Amino acid sequence: MADGLTKSAARNIFYGGSLFFFLLFAALTAHSHWYMVNTSTDSEGLTESVKHGKEVWEKNMCINCHSILGEGAYFAPELGNVWERYGGHDNPEAARAGLAAWIRAQPLGAQGRRQMPAYDFSEEEMQALIDFLEWTDGINTQDWPPNTAG
Amino acid sequence: MKYETQKVALPFFMVAMALFALQVVFGLLAATVYVWPNFLAELMPFNIMRVSHTNLLIVWLLLGFMGCTYYLMPEEAEREIHSPGLAYLQLAIFAFAGAAALVGYQFGIHEGREFLEQPFWVKLLITISFLMFLFNTSMTLLKGRRTAINLVLMLGLWLAAVFWLFAFYNPTNLAVDKLYWWWVVHLWVEGVWELIMAALLGYLLIKMTGVDREVIEKWLYIIVGLSLFSGLLGTGHHYYWIGAPSYWQPIGSIFSTLEVIPFFAMVVFAFTMFWKGSRNHPNKAAML
Repeated sequence: MADGLTKSAARNIFYGGSLFFFLLFAALTAHSHWYMVNTSTDSEGLTESVKHGKEVWEKNMCINCHSILGEGAYFAPELGNVWERYGGHDNPEAARAGLAAWIRAQPLGAQGRRQMPAYDFSEEEMQALIDFLEWTDGINTQDWPPNTAG
Repeated sequence: MKYETQKVALPFFMVAMALFALQVVFGLLAATVYVWPNFLAELMPFNIMRVSHTNLLIVWLLLGFMGCTYYLMPEEAEREIHSPGLAYLQLAIFAFAGAAALVGYQFGIHEGREFLEQPFWVKLLITISFLMFLFNTSMTLLKGRRTAINLVLMLGLWLAAVFWLFAFYNPTNLAVDKLYWWWVVHLWVEGVWELIMAALLGYLLIKMTGVDREVIEKWLYIIVGLSLFSGLLGTGHHYYWIGAPSYWQPIGSIFSTLEVIPFFAMVVFAFTMFWKGSRNHPNKAAML
């Protein structure tokens, strides 16, 4: 194969093929963006508080211990479904109280266990963070993860 | 060295190697936490160790790419670097930005998206430094000889800069955020960085084996073609469970399986060229 192929033909295949695959990828990304905004996520439920919660999530760099929707540091539990794990689908009030209490209880200081630092969230930041986690739980991830364990 | 200004590369490599050593230190600290979970838990939580470790990797690798480009470009373009002074200046800016980010992380100063944690002004300095680098090397190329190697290399570097701009875009919708976050992370590592690495490999093979440039450059195009044909749609392997449509599961799994082909081809390419090579290179250690 290689002997019949000249350098300029290889170059043209590279530039032409790359452009083709890039355009295809960009088009699929555009469609995915549209699908996310209109179908798989709750755009109407993306309140100011959820947005603020995402800022709290980023400001404290939770991603460098936890994972969310399967991606992150894998040092601490997955949080994309933490709302469901705390029973938020059946009893949102209890889930909200439970999550806040768990975060406020850190650090646990249990020997031989990974330790989450203390975070001095205001009540408003705490509620926003939980709103963000609840909103994230509502994303249609095609039933991933397969069980509620973190 | 054939050209005086090739020595610009030296401080880039020195800084890169120092940062690599630091990366290993933070990596060892983080690894220690896996063994003793409470290790430094109050002083330096795991997320700080990890962000330092991963960011150092990115910074030294980019400095390495820059150093390689400054070393290679004069020989390929057959002329001196456009401005050695500019090269030292952009190195200083880049190193300062990296050091400032690293120190800031220890005090909890960061943006919180994985690998893109650098504060906004650090991102800005990185962008400015990289643009200075691109200007300097592109000017050298434009005035000199154009080869497949320096064209593919510069294409990879320019595209790396273009995709980096997505680091400045942080949508409030987490699913959309993740969609474009991979436009930096995946399209760098499994996309344009492969162009850069393959071009560097091609350069080394010409120098070390004496195989005809026409042959090496033809294979270079084939390999970088395979990289982008597989790597662009291969991004889909990150889109399975983040709220994207289900077509990413077949597309992502098929194309990301194909992503190993260009890497394998690079290995086969290197060995084949060494065997074909007629040149008896004096550096026996490198030719083992």
